Amino acid sequence: MSAHEREEIETHEQRALGFWLYLMGDAVIFALLFATYAIMIPGTAGGPTGKELFELDNAAIETVLLLVSSMTFGFASLQVKAGNRGAVLAWLAITFLLGAGFVFLEVREFAGMIAKGAGPDRSGFLSAFFTLVGTHGVHVTMGLIWIVVLGAQVALKGLSMPVASRLHRLGLFWHFLDIAWVGIFSIVYLPGLL
Amino acid sequence: MFGKLTIEALPFYSPIAAGGALVTVGGALLVAIVLTWLKAWKYLWTDWLTSVDHKRIGIMYVVLALIMLLRGFVDALMMRAQQAMALNSGGYLPPEHFDQIFSSHGTIMIFFMAMPFMTGLMNVIVPLQIGTRDVAFPWLNAVSLWLSAAGAALVMVSLVIGKFSTAGWTGYPPYSGIEYNPGVGVDYWIWAILISGVGSTMSGINFIVTILKRRAPGMTLMRMTPFVWTALVASVLMAFAFPAITVACGLLALDRLAGMHFFTNAHGGNMMNYVNLFWIWGHPEVYILILPAFGIFSEVVSTFSRKRLFGYESLVYATAAIGILSFTVWLHHFFTMGSSANVNAFFGVMTMIIAVPTGVKVFNWLLTMYRGRIEFHPSMMWSIGFIVTFVIGGMTGVLLAIPPADFLMHNTTFLVAHFHNMIIPGVLFGYLAGYMYWFPKAFGFAFHRGWGLGAFWCWIIGFYLAFMPLYLLGLKGMPRRMETYNDPTWQPYLLVAASGAAVVLCGIGCMVMQLYVSIRDRAKTRDLTGDPFNGRTLEWSTSSPPPPYNFAVIPTVGDREAFLEMKEKGIAYRRPAAYEPIRIPSNTPIGVILGAFGFVLGFAMVWHIWWLVLASGVVMFAAVIVRSSNDDQEFTMSAAEVKAIEDQRFRLLGSRS
Repeated sequence: MSAHEREEIETHEQRALGFWLYLMGDAVIFALLFATYAIMIPGTAGGPTGKELFELDNAAIETVLLLVSSMTFGFASLQVKAGNRGAVLAWLAITFLLGAGFVFLEVREFAGMIAKGAGPDRSGFLSAFFTLVGTHGVHVTMGLIWIVVLGAQVALKGLSMPVASRLHRLGLFWHFLDIAWVGIFSIVYLPGLL
Repeated sequence: MFGKLTIEALPFYSPIAAGGALVTVGGALLVAIVLTWLKAWKYLWTDWLTSVDHKRIGIMYVVLALIMLLRGFVDALMMRAQQAMALNSGGYLPPEHFDQIFSSHGTIMIFFMAMPFMTGLMNVIVPLQIGTRDVAFPWLNAVSLWLSAAGAALVMVSLVIGKFSTAGWTGYPPYSGIEYNPGVGVDYWIWAILISGVGSTMSGINFIVTILKRRAPGMTLMRMTPFVWTALVASVLMAFAFPAITVACGLLALDRLAGMHFFTNAHGGNMMNYVNLFWIWGHPEVYILILPAFGIFSEVVSTFSRKRLFGYESLVYATAAIGILSFTVWLHHFFTMGSSANVNAFFGVMTMIIAVPTGVKVFNWLLTMYRGRIEFHPSMMWSIGFIVTFVIGGMTGVLLAIPPADFLMHNTTFLVAHFHNMIIPGVLFGYLAGYMYWFPKAFGFAFHRGWGLGAFWCWIIGFYLAFMPLYLLGLKGMPRRMETYNDPTWQPYLLVAASGAAVVLCGIGCMVMQLYVSIRDRAKTRDLTGDPFNGRTLEWSTSSPPPPYNFAVIPTVGDREAFLEMKEKGIAYRRPAAYEPIRIPSNTPIGVILGAFGFVLGFAMVWHIWWLVLASGVVMFAAVIVRSSNDDQEFTMSAAEVKAIEDQRFRLLGSRS
């Protein structure tokens, strides 16, 4: 291995560590939004509560879509290792569709609530709900854009080392969003309904 | 088209505000004219603004910090003058203006003076001390710098277009909410902090990775210099505490922009949550600022006492302990909020505990000096002045840590005196010590000692005159932030405090003279060796200023005081048989572009110019995608070029001996 190649591997290792640190910082943001949500549950100001607003079916389908998309991203990662460009693109496309389905359901849920007069400006509780769940949704949307950008790079540049390294970080990001969602499902939707 | 922005936003309503605007615009114009006159625009753009070299980025950070120090200090002078004369009268500042001044003073000094100063010193020195050629993410480093500059620019622009916040540097709701503060001031504050906060978070990540992954061979964790250790812990705090202020300010922005109810009085809002979120960041922030200063003091005391640092391990463990404990004391900023006695007692006890590792460090420095051969370099004077003064501030801090005592002193000038007593000697003296210590390293010529000593004496005398009276006034019950008052027994103290500010002004004058004289005489005071103080650590092993690649050959480290050991073994300045080509990150304009559009984005958010928000957001997004898709971000400096630079270096070294 030449010195230059070794340097390149080190560079990508450093980027992975940096990205992990970014994710941990992001986790702090989510943690604080979770805490804020938890203390604002009683702050409904006479408006609707979670029990009246949340639909378990919707949240369950969202959960399935997102968790399955994590699996399909995992398949894409395996194909990166195998060097199989076409399969990587196919799995990324499936991941994108699942993620887009998730965002669609979330937007529909939000729009329905706002139409019922239960928008984020109705009460402190709803502000916290929309901000927590919406922050996650914005992250998923960013992830979708990122999938498109990296899909284009895979198609144009192939699975070169920099592209593979970026796919690795996108994978970290995508799986992280799953974990955040599991938190939302079990802290927002389940206790809200049960 | 222009949102809320109208001609009314210009400050023609008061002569003082118009004067402030005039100085800002005039200063910017003057700089532009001088640059044009010197034909320096191209040089500035290619060698500085687009640079990703950590040393240049560091210097630009420090320049930003010094400019903002001037601005923040003018605010301080204006406040001291107002309070000195406002007995039974309105003084010369209307209340609304006075409130803007104390808000911008705190905001600037913390976010746009101290933070850039610290990040700048870390940038210049950390890679040199760990023996690497650059930080882990050079481009991200430039983005951090330009986002900080964008935040600072927003604060400065608020002098000219619109007004700044009147809600203090902490911006507590509900007063900072839209209901009580419908103007743009709080928005300027929010966006300045949000934008620069992103930069600080990324700096933290950058330096954690740099320090953990890029140390020279042989440099184990326990061989890192104290400054690198403190920079590491401060970086960890930056990466994990800054998200909290992002949340606090982000939610406040949602309240103001989207009519949400996080912190409002009605509709289920909970303003106490803001106070918690703010200080979950705010207390670690104190240590983000002060730990690197502790690192600098450790370097300076050891170098100018000609002794190894006493109790290095204890200092490292104390630093790490402070890093963890700093997340467990935030509630002491609001004991009066009405938590139960047990909660207050817990945070009171934790606050006293965190004083212990800090006390350990004071003994480290004292015992390093003990029986050392002390040289009274200005940096050493700042350090000694710090130790004496900081201990007083520490004791008043432990006093405030007792919740019942805090109930008496809360919101009085006693508190103002306490935190200035920590931050001026602790943080600012530390950075100024570092600034005067590493100046020759960064620029390659000596920094004038006489003016440096003058600056020190003026600052320390001015500090005592300005803040000791505030302790007494606090005990007499004077609340902070008073625009006018009617107790004649307060005025003598406030007059003394104002005289203290005037003495500090002389200190700032000395600093300006120091720069002027040093630059004027630079040809005579060149640092040919790169090691003017008989240094002990790796940054002194390179030339001053260091070449773009820092080290032609990455050093192998065998001791905590790596360079001293090399000198003792006679292997310093040894030349390799042949040089190798070196990969160096290429300059890029994308950092400065992101900063510029970050500023535009913030400005458009403040004034609700939505199309501009969208446009600048799209440009920033596109710039990031373009840059992140670029595989070739480095160029190679050939072995011959490296050899030419090194030949020159060794010629200079030889010419001295």
